[in-house]
Amino acid sequence: MKARTIYPGKVKGKAIVSKEPISFYGGIDMKTGIVIEKGHEIEGKCIKNKIFVFPYAKGSTVGSYVIYGLKKNNVAPLAIINKETETIVATGSILAGIVCVDGIDIEKIRNGSIVEIVAEEKEAEVMVK
Amino acid sequence: MHLTKEQEKMLNGEYGEAVEKMMRLLVRLGDVYKAEKMVKISSAQISGVSYKSIGEAGLEFIDDISKKARVRVLTYLNPAGMDLENWKEMGINEKFAKKQLAIINAFKRMGIVISATCTPYLAGNLPRYKQHIAWAESSAVSFANSVIGARTNREGGPSALAAAITGYTPLYGYHLDENRQPHFVVKVNADLRFSSDFAALGYFVGRELKNKVPYFTGIKYAEVDDLKAMGAAMASSGAIALYHVENITPEANEVSTEGLDKIEVGNEEIKETYEKLNDEKEADIIIFGCPHASLNEIIKITRFVEERKPKKKFWICTSRAVKEIAERMGLIEKIEAAGGKIVADTCMVVSPIEDLFNTTAVNSAKAAHYLPGFCKQKVIFNNMQNLLS
Repeated sequence: MKARTIYPGKVKGKAIVSKEPISFYGGIDMKTGIVIEKGHEIEGKCIKNKIFVFPYAKGSTVGSYVIYGLKKNNVAPLAIINKETETIVATGSILAGIVCVDGIDIEKIRNGSIVEIVAEEKEAEVMVK
Repeated sequence: MHLTKEQEKMLNGEYGEAVEKMMRLLVRLGDVYKAEKMVKISSAQISGVSYKSIGEAGLEFIDDISKKARVRVLTYLNPAGMDLENWKEMGINEKFAKKQLAIINAFKRMGIVISATCTPYLAGNLPRYKQHIAWAESSAVSFANSVIGARTNREGGPSALAAAITGYTPLYGYHLDENRQPHFVVKVNADLRFSSDFAALGYFVGRELKNKVPYFTGIKYAEVDDLKAMGAAMASSGAIALYHVENITPEANEVSTEGLDKIEVGNEEIKETYEKLNDEKEADIIIFGCPHASLNEIIKITRFVEERKPKKKFWICTSRAVKEIAERMGLIEKIEAAGGKIVADTCMVVSPIEDLFNTTAVNSAKAAHYLPGFCKQKVIFNNMQNLLS
């Protein structure tokens, strides 16, 4: 699948998929990378070293710092794939240097699939195995 | 993206390393979102101030920039993790306080106003209609875009800081007229008496419409405080940054609702939302002021508790600016006599209240949304009068 690059890089890893939007602030623990939003479909799961797939982020604008903090604490996802990346996630991924792409049909990615991302400066290729 | 000579210089490091780093972030964002150019901003609002929210990583980031750069426009700050003057009284430990003050000092070095409030528009940072600004803090973004008609995207803490330091933000998204058109009509047929009713309405709509622009009809009257509560709720259950209300918000008669899908919200949906946000019966404390209480809200609460002293202790979170006036009016004395406390510079969501309480009662849907995840609280959500009765 073709995608738009938010932050470039090449990575390969296991997908963790959330069909619901997610709030990084208050929704993900910055020290562990575990989803803590009550009642969220992936509550209790860890995003560390995964390809984190979700439609877009919601909630607080502090989310960018949480993404940056996840990276500093070595519990960041390997990459982020969105249907539509909004500013909060874009800023966080650019500052943290986390590969991030958007503009694809995320329904085609299943939880646990192996996903490879080749994100050049502007365009990216997402391969699902 | 087209850059002016000055912006090029910033990007090339002629204004120093920090300005270069901030400009680089803005150019990257501008390229991603296909901005044609940058636009000058008149003010900024920075989120990510509480040590509890941003941690050591955030502190290092801000401290580093503060040694190398100053802001170029009026820049206000979100609430901190504690009352910056009376933190000991709040039960905050020394270690946390030290870190929090280090963050505050870094912002101070940059020339940022230590307003420590999520309601800058009630404390001296008021943009005008159609003015370009770069605000973070989802509830303030919603208020500025919708109630005032200023123009801002939902900035993150760092992108707002970058805009404050460079004086520019990329021109895309809600800065452009074509992106301010509504996507759905929300027909309201419900009794909205308290600001918590507006908050429940907002919470429901945010869940339904996610990141779209709603156009409300059927809201006959709304106080500024009601819109503040409704917008904050929509920006927490969803990512709504702009809404219009027929006959109430300034851009409502400039946009078109032709051919839009409609959703209806009645008393049943409001009632369900209240139920959904309640998971306990007995509160340890009642906390008001999410977003920060206006002076009018403090006056209303004072009048209510003067007549009947509440059984539970309560806090009202507000800005230092509003607290000063409340003090001068003698309201604080009356609130303290009724077992209450005014807490400035912070709020129940960004301070470590989990060290103090297990169950918190609120009249804010935004607080009810964040308290379980971020403060490990059980929550009671109701209107001001019921909570205090």
